[in-house]
Amino acid sequence: MDVVITTSAALDPTVLRLDFPILDQQVNGYPLAYLDSGATAQRPRSVLDAERTFLETVNSAVHRGAHTLAALSTEAFEDARETVARFIGAAVPEEVVWTSNATDGLNLVAYGVLNASLGRGGADARRFALQPGDEILVTEAEHHANLVPWQEVAASTGAVLRYVPVDDRGVWSLDDARPLITARTRILAFAHVSNVTGLVAPVADLVELAHAQGALVVLDACQSAPHRPLDLTALGVDFAAFSSHKMLGPSGIGVLWGREELLNALPPFRTGGSMISTVTMESSTFLPAPQRFEAGTQPVSQAIGLAEAVRYLERAGMPGVEAHEELLAERLVVGLEAIEGIRVFGPAAGIPRAGLASFDVAGVHAHDVGQYLDAQGIAVRVGHHCAQPLHRRLGVAATTRASTYLYTTDDEVDRLLAGVAEVRGYFGVDSAASSAGRD
Amino acid sequence: MGDALAGLYQQVILDHARARTGDRALEGADAEHYERNPTCGDEITVRVILEPGSDRIRELAWQGDGCSISMASASVLADLAPGLTLAELAERTDAFRAMMRSRGVGEPDEDLLGDAVAFQGVSKFMMRVKCAMLSWVAAEACSTQLAVRS
Repeated sequence: MDVVITTSAALDPTVLRLDFPILDQQVNGYPLAYLDSGATAQRPRSVLDAERTFLETVNSAVHRGAHTLAALSTEAFEDARETVARFIGAAVPEEVVWTSNATDGLNLVAYGVLNASLGRGGADARRFALQPGDEILVTEAEHHANLVPWQEVAASTGAVLRYVPVDDRGVWSLDDARPLITARTRILAFAHVSNVTGLVAPVADLVELAHAQGALVVLDACQSAPHRPLDLTALGVDFAAFSSHKMLGPSGIGVLWGREELLNALPPFRTGGSMISTVTMESSTFLPAPQRFEAGTQPVSQAIGLAEAVRYLERAGMPGVEAHEELLAERLVVGLEAIEGIRVFGPAAGIPRAGLASFDVAGVHAHDVGQYLDAQGIAVRVGHHCAQPLHRRLGVAATTRASTYLYTTDDEVDRLLAGVAEVRGYFGVDSAASSAGRD
Repeated sequence: MGDALAGLYQQVILDHARARTGDRALEGADAEHYERNPTCGDEITVRVILEPGSDRIRELAWQGDGCSISMASASVLADLAPGLTLAELAERTDAFRAMMRSRGVGEPDEDLLGDAVAFQGVSKFMMRVKCAMLSWVAAEACSTQLAVRS
């Protein structure tokens, strides 16, 4: 008998699942099928243990104090930074700035740019300063976290916020972006992977176009850092932000990565303790990155937990995680598109996408879809997924989103597909709305 | 699966979500209010016409977009409201709100609420209570406008 091996990096979710206590439970009388990792991922026991062990043995304030536990805490905290730096291809650990989450990291960049535009940061910061008529370019598919801060910066500086439009599936391409990247473009900000459509952006090509015009590239890596190998230095972007809780780590901590010379030139957004060099009653000077951005007490045990999450992902193997989720995504999209009355957004079946799919069920509101699935123990996200402009463009108020991770099984995807196939019948719309014209 | 879901989606609710009462524009309304639930994007505009020279509701109509719970609730409200004075509507709104906060405990007053008692099961689903309240809150705002005017 021939043995067919589909991929050398094959990963077995049924084995990995044993590390995630929360996944082993019944919800509404059914085994939990957790298909909401795009919102927040579950944590393996090793992450929970790492945080607990740290808190039970060495917990102390970092970067201050002369006692043994303070030294051990500081060491663990900075080791965590090194671990994350290695995972994302940072040139040096100092390029890793702890934030509260990705939203916080994106705000750090946006408000640093605003402060530079107001003249703060001296000559070094002038490269970030925006003038009226300068352009900030985003896409129509952005999460509000990578849109609203730029709206605020534009409104405060007189810069113009422009966007790359999407098509009827919520997809955009390099060709759509190319004509919009001009000499006026100063900042290009976009999601590496869309949290609604699963579209993977052509990062390297966009970086080349943006840098040729002297624009900075800010990457929202929330849906990529947890799910695929990431080398930010090789990608060539200037800043990138992501959250710990979407990559098996604790909530309350995130990462902003930036090229070292840029971080050291960007004026801080939050000021106060721990980030200063000299303070007089009149003014202050700031420490180099990362400390200049880490004012106040830091989420120390969360950093320890995140580092363990990173080690867990490294042990699982990121190429394998990516391959596993690509197969799940294909199963999801092919399955959904085969169901009458279902409109799937994002790249069509056959085109690679991240492990998530958002869809509309004709005649049934997403909240009702989510409720129906929950009654079968299937957890999905419903709503606008913090992307109102995209949903407005797609002509739907809300969608249902299923998202996967390394612990997701084919069986869970199949249960979702079976559940979705029943929804329109339950709400009595199987024939009524399926042929209704939609824009 | 039946029990959890059947408690929420009573047949009355499913019927009203499909065949909706009062789902239309209303010319010459005496009051109008737009209400939105930003977490799910549900939205509704409720309009009210009073009997001439009185505070008795002649018509309550609405236009909106949302889940079956919010749409069915608006439909039930549009059935219930005509013929009531603003004070009588306020009494029913208070009773409906109390029922939605009950977490399924107690016996709602069917004489007062009519078909709206079907929503008692929704009160056990905390995340859906706002859906059921949407049109009632909008109608309450219409009443406030009318009370200020009179």
